[in-house]
Amino acid sequence: MRARSAITVNDRPDAVYSAWRDFECLPRFMDHLESVSVTGHRRSHWVAHGPVGTTVEWDAEITEDVPGERISWRSLEGASVENAGWVHFRPAPGDQGTEVHLELEYSPPGGALGSVVAKLFGEEPNQQVSDDLRRFKQILETGEIARSDGSPLGSRNRNQVHQHDAHPSPDDDQPRTTAGSGPEVRS
Amino acid sequence: MRAACWMGSTSVEVRDVPEPRILNPRDAIVRITSTAICGSDLHLYDGYMPTMEKGDILGHEFMGEVVEVGPGAASTISVGDRVVVPFTISCGACLACTRGLYSLCENSNPNAAMAEKAFGFPTAGIFGYSHLTGGYAGGQAEYARVPFADVGLLKVGPDLSDEQVLFLSDILPTGYMGAEMCDIEPGDIVAVWGAGPVGQFAMASALLLGAERVIAIDRFDYRLEMAAVRTGAEVIDYEHVDVNEALKELTGGRGPDACIDAVGMEAHHGTGAIQAYDRVKQAARLETERPHALRQAITCCRNGGVVSIIGVYGGFADKFPIGSLMNRSLTIRAGQCHVQRYMRPLLEHIEAGRLDPTFVITHRLGLEEAPGAYETFKHKQDGCMKVVLTPGA
Ligand SMILES: NC(=O)c1ccc[n+]([C@@H]2O[C@H](COP(=O)([O-])OP(=O)(O)OC[C@H]3O[C@@H](n4cnc5c(N)ncnc54)[C@H](O)[C@@H]3O)[C@@H](O)[C@H]2O)c1
Ligand SMILES: [Zn+2]
Ligand SMILES: [Zn+2]
Repeated sequence: MRARSAITVNDRPDAVYSAWRDFECLPRFMDHLESVSVTGHRRSHWVAHGPVGTTVEWDAEITEDVPGERISWRSLEGASVENAGWVHFRPAPGDQGTEVHLELEYSPPGGALGSVVAKLFGEEPNQQVSDDLRRFKQILETGEIARSDGSPLGSRNRNQVHQHDAHPSPDDDQPRTTAGSGPEVRS
Repeated sequence: MRAACWMGSTSVEVRDVPEPRILNPRDAIVRITSTAICGSDLHLYDGYMPTMEKGDILGHEFMGEVVEVGPGAASTISVGDRVVVPFTISCGACLACTRGLYSLCENSNPNAAMAEKAFGFPTAGIFGYSHLTGGYAGGQAEYARVPFADVGLLKVGPDLSDEQVLFLSDILPTGYMGAEMCDIEPGDIVAVWGAGPVGQFAMASALLLGAERVIAIDRFDYRLEMAAVRTGAEVIDYEHVDVNEALKELTGGRGPDACIDAVGMEAHHGTGAIQAYDRVKQAARLETERPHALRQAITCCRNGGVVSIIGVYGGFADKFPIGSLMNRSLTIRAGQCHVQRYMRPLLEHIEAGRLDPTFVITHRLGLEEAPGAYETFKHKQDGCMKVVLTPGA
């Protein structure tokens, strides 16, 4: 499975790069991730949402890191779901900020775990990655993730189909102010 | 709290719903003191805008008092501020916002992917205006949550009444933008299709921007009369005269220098057969618009003139007169209003007495009366031009 997308962020390449390089923040905007913990200079431990409440975990290492320009990473040997990703940052022409080009690659190992990748990215992987980038841009440009009554969790592909009615939800049903880290709301 | 909810095609109910809460740091909660019904709401009411959900709170023209502020907006907004809320939800920081294109904000629509599928690129969030524009609860309610409150609220002092400033939320800026897009020069004659509140403000703005004369086109006498009395417009009743001929006569055969479409997707057509053609196609979703006014605005415009579209369209139109447009070097300008760009300058016009938007108000009702008000406004009964609702009244 390969997914790619691009977005332009109204900020300097080094600032956009630094925001991405802070891997522990990736789950704030990448829908399939639950957490990333940095375990070493180039190493990190990733936890993703698997099918029905399960998680998939792996260790990853950064394979290329050029400040202000690009970052590549890949899962370490032994990962149950092998995967890799890279992101490039380029100044947009005419002082329009920074182009962010993202590509993710997940190789399903076949068998039961094949469905894990399907779960991680849904039916429209490119769409999901586009929404991930939209949330990344929102955080950088506005400091928060846009939420509405219809989409209380912000831009997320699977919310597009299961919209809440556009009226406020009762208190226990909606995430609070910490963007992206609230409980999942499913209707 | 009480709120006017969309319950399906031509069905509005005032219901009990939970009160809004701060969800994001830059949010504010506004207690609504005045809220209006817009021609845009009629497109939702009549079921022509896709992606409405049963229970959605309607309303995008509202103002009130700030009762709660998130930490991210606290440096500019305080509890107790009296504010007008622009219908466009805009972050103020993206490229579109920094260029003044607030209705194209890149960060305010959580359903951007949906809008992208419909339009090619997404557009901004809008209050109470379908899930394509974000699924935000609207302002025909007692309270509303306003995201990006630091960019999205216009503070107003106590000297002006609600009625004087309420329309800064939408229709006054919209009418103004419709006229501004015409690049009016001295001597210009501007024709406006639709003498509803938006059309009235487009005419008033065209004169303010230096137009020589304005011409109103509609079929309701009381609306044409308001245009004549309030802005000195010449009027054309399209049910009784050939609009093209009448416009030529009024412009020495040249045609209007600029034509404004303030009608939108539910235009009515005087000729039964054409109305029926578009109605059937629209009902079958083969065509999402009934673009009679737009077609006419294009074919009637002077060679090399400007057609400014502020009437709302949602999808695709048939029999679009592209040949007339292309061969005659017309310019098309269009958009949902970039409200934040116009609020302050227009407030100054109101303060200085150069604009008084209150003349369009014909119905002052309580929020509970919303269902009947939609019917009256839709059918243009009882001389209805603009309805203002007061929550808790
Ligand atoms: N662009 C924006 O940001 C924006 C903002 C607000 C409203 N709008 C749109 O502006 C339009 C008008 O809004 P309103 O509140 O004045 O609505 P309204 O319903 O009060 O007025 C519409 C008028 O158009 C007239 N009309 C219908 N068919 C016509 C035709 N073929 N030729 C001439 N006139 C015709 C009707 O008789 C009516 O008087 C709507 O489409 C609304 O959605 C756009
Ligand atoms: Zn409106
Ligand atoms: Zn913006």
